[in-house]
Amino acid sequence: MALETTEIQEKLTTTFGSKVLEFKQDKDIFSFEVESDIITAVILYLKNDPTLRFNFLTDLCGVHYPDNEESKQFAIVYHLHNWIDNKRIRIKSFLNGSKPEIKTVSNIFLCANWMERETYDFYGINFIGHPQLKRILNMDEMTSFPLRKEFPMEDSGRTDKDDRYFGRTPSNC
Amino acid sequence: MSDSKINMVAPPEGVVGEGFFATRLNDVVGLARANSLWPLPFATSCCGIEFMATMASHYDLARFGSERVSFSPRQADMLLVMGTISKKMAPILRQVYEQMAEPRWVIAVGACATSGGIFDTYSVLQGIDKVIPVDVYVPGCPPRPEQIVDGVMRLQELVKNESVRRRSSPEYQELLASYNIQ
Repeated sequence: MALETTEIQEKLTTTFGSKVLEFKQDKDIFSFEVESDIITAVILYLKNDPTLRFNFLTDLCGVHYPDNEESKQFAIVYHLHNWIDNKRIRIKSFLNGSKPEIKTVSNIFLCANWMERETYDFYGINFIGHPQLKRILNMDEMTSFPLRKEFPMEDSGRTDKDDRYFGRTPSNC
Repeated sequence: MSDSKINMVAPPEGVVGEGFFATRLNDVVGLARANSLWPLPFATSCCGIEFMATMASHYDLARFGSERVSFSPRQADMLLVMGTISKKMAPILRQVYEQMAEPRWVIAVGACATSGGIFDTYSVLQGIDKVIPVDVYVPGCPPRPEQIVDGVMRLQELVKNESVRRRSSPEYQELLASYNIQ
C-alpha cells in the first residue's frame, strides 16, 4: 500500500511535536518545515523508520529570503525520496540571517557532502560537523557568497567592459 | 610530373644562383615555424566542437601544417583556447601556457575566450588575456570552422614575420612580466 501523507504527518507530529510544522501539499509534493536544531533527528527518523523508509536524499540546497525577519532569512531545502513506495517529500528549515548554521546530514546521506559544500559556497551557510566544508565550484580566493540576494549583479570595479560600447545605461540594466 | 595536387609553400625572397640560394634567416625560420604549427586545443565548450570540425576532413586544418594535434603543452606551438574559462580554470590555463616551450602563440577562439562573452558574471574570466598574452582573437559564438582557419592563417602571417630574436627581446620579457609569468 502506498505511503499516505497523513501517515507521515501523524508519525512526525507524535515523535517531534510542534517542532515539525506547516504541513501542506504544495502542488505535487508534500512539504513541511522543521526547526533547524532537530533537522538531523528528523532526517534520521525519516530514513530509518520501517514504514517511512525515505532512503534517498534527492537534493539539498539553500534559499535566501532577505525580506524575512532576522531569524528566517535563510532556508535549507531537503528533498527526500522513498524508493519503495515512490514517495517524495520536501523539508524546509529556516536559519538565522546573521549567523546561518545547521547540523550536517552528510553522515546520514553521504551524497549531502558535496551538496552542503555547494550550499556553503553560494550562501555561506555553515554546516556544523561537515568533514570538509570548503568551496566546491567557485575559486577558493573568493570572499563573497554569490547567490545571496545582496550580491551585486555586476562587479562595479570591472575594467574590461565599457558600458558605452554595449548601449547600457544605469536605467536599462 | 604526375597529376598530384600537392601545394608547396613559395620560397622566401632571396638571391638564386647556380647551386645556391641566399635569403634571410628570419624568413626561413618563419616559414618553417608558420607551416608546422602544432596546435594544443584547450576546449571547454561549444567552440571546441567547432574546432573538432576544423580538424576533421572537411575543413582539414592539416592543410596548414597543423596535422598533429598535440595534447601535451610541452610539444605544442599554438594554444587554442576555445570556450568559457571560469575564474577557477584560469590558473590551470596559465599553467598550461607556462608549460609550453618558446616560441609559443595563443589564439582565443570565440566570444567567451576573448571577452567572457555573454557570461558577464562573477565566476567567469572576462577574456583569457587577463591571464595570458593572446596573439589572435577569433570572434563568433561559436565561430564557424572557416573563421577558425582564418584565425590560424592570420597567426601564420604573424609567425612568418616574427623576428627570431623577439623571444629574447626586452619588450617580450616585459610582456611576460606584466602577466607575472617567469
